[in-house]
Amino acid sequence: VFKRFVEIGRVAFISFGPHAGKLVAIVDVIDQNRALVDGPCSGVRRQAMPFKCMQLTDFVLKFPHSARQKCVRLAWEKENINEKWAATRWAKKIEAREKKAKMTDFDRYKVMKAKKMVSRLASKKGKKPEKPEKSEKSEKPEKAQKSAKVQKAQKVQK
Amino acid sequence: AAGEKKPGEKAPREKKRGKKKTGEKKPAEQKPSQRAVGEKKKKIKKHHASRNPVLARGIGRYSRSAMYVRKALYKRKYTAPETKIEKKKKEKPRATIIKPVGGDKNGGSRVVKIRKMPRYYPTEDVPRKLLSHGKKPFSQHKRRLRASITPGTVLILLTGRHRGKRVVFLKQLGTGLLLVTGPLVINRVPLRRAHQKFVIATSTKVDISGVKIPKHLTDAYFKKKRLRKPKHQEGEIFDTEKEKYEITEQRKSDQKAVDSQILARIKKVPQLRGYLRSTFCLSNGVYPHKLVF
Repeated sequence: VFKRFVEIGRVAFISFGPHAGKLVAIVDVIDQNRALVDGPCSGVRRQAMPFKCMQLTDFVLKFPHSARQKCVRLAWEKENINEKWAATRWAKKIEAREKKAKMTDFDRYKVMKAKKMVSRLASKKGKKPEKPEKSEKSEKPEKAQKSAKVQKAQKVQK
Repeated sequence: AAGEKKPGEKAPREKKRGKKKTGEKKPAEQKPSQRAVGEKKKKIKKHHASRNPVLARGIGRYSRSAMYVRKALYKRKYTAPETKIEKKKKEKPRATIIKPVGGDKNGGSRVVKIRKMPRYYPTEDVPRKLLSHGKKPFSQHKRRLRASITPGTVLILLTGRHRGKRVVFLKQLGTGLLLVTGPLVINRVPLRRAHQKFVIATSTKVDISGVKIPKHLTDAYFKKKRLRKPKHQEGEIFDTEKEKYEITEQRKSDQKAVDSQILARIKKVPQLRGYLRSTFCLSNGVYPHKLVF
């Protein structure tokens, strides 16, 4: 039923508080509610942190309990957690959400046009195998989630 | 005694206050006196000690009038040179004017006062208003412009018949209103004034650096014209006022002049033309306070 456990070396994502949005590794458990936590590669000083603000990720590092920061850092870099995290869907969704919130009015217009284009292509897929609109779209400055959608639509068309 | 020593001295010497002679001077000779005068001009003036001996602190021996005599102020009356401002003030405006008068044997002209005496004095005086400061008429108000609005910014109009339309900002006019254009071919908004408060400034900017906006586009140009001469004919007053607004040729030519420059720059940015053609609207789940414009 539970797949991710609080253990020494579990990498957690901080969901709220002053360090919201950063990754940390659980170094030790203090009591029922708090853990000693350290994020050398994500700018979080070694400190106690309540479990409530942590969300467990799939990554686990190997280091003994209460290991010093140097060891945590070594383990972190060995596992290349930062890159692995960026490749997860979780991190990508966060990034997409941030980009969407930053969209200006002009960007929103461009996204609207791109979506319309995609849906038109998708509806036409059975009827006309024309592909002049694809080149038009690729010229537009695309947002991360938009490019994924476009590629999807093209796949569907083929 | 010092003054008597040198009878050959010039008159201006008297104007200078009495000086302590530092050394003894030889009996009056032209050269040393001239040199002395020259020296005095270069020397810092030494003022005479007080001619009013002190009896007690704050109390002098002689009265004001006695001091006047002792200091010989009757001889020393200085006036500052008249400044240009004072000269201008002295120049009085004309008080009367000569006007021609018609009719025979009338003398041809009359001398008429320019500023006449009042023909009526009210029985009760109007009470004097208290002084206030900083109350300026509208024409002298300080005009502000939001930092987000710069020439070339795309604005979203929120009120008026063009509400929702996206429009290019050109400049701020004298009354503080914003001069704005569609351009006309893109969204049917002509050169028009918009109010800063009823406009959303987006972060999209068109580069308008070289565009020349004609100087005659001022508030007076855009002000609505109202006819003001009802000739006391009750039945037809409403007809004479402008019902239909007609676009003058000048407006058309100005529009063309400005738009042609701007359209060229709009074409350079991809999709900008379509953006300006579209209108802004809210839909479900879209909250203006959460949008980044």
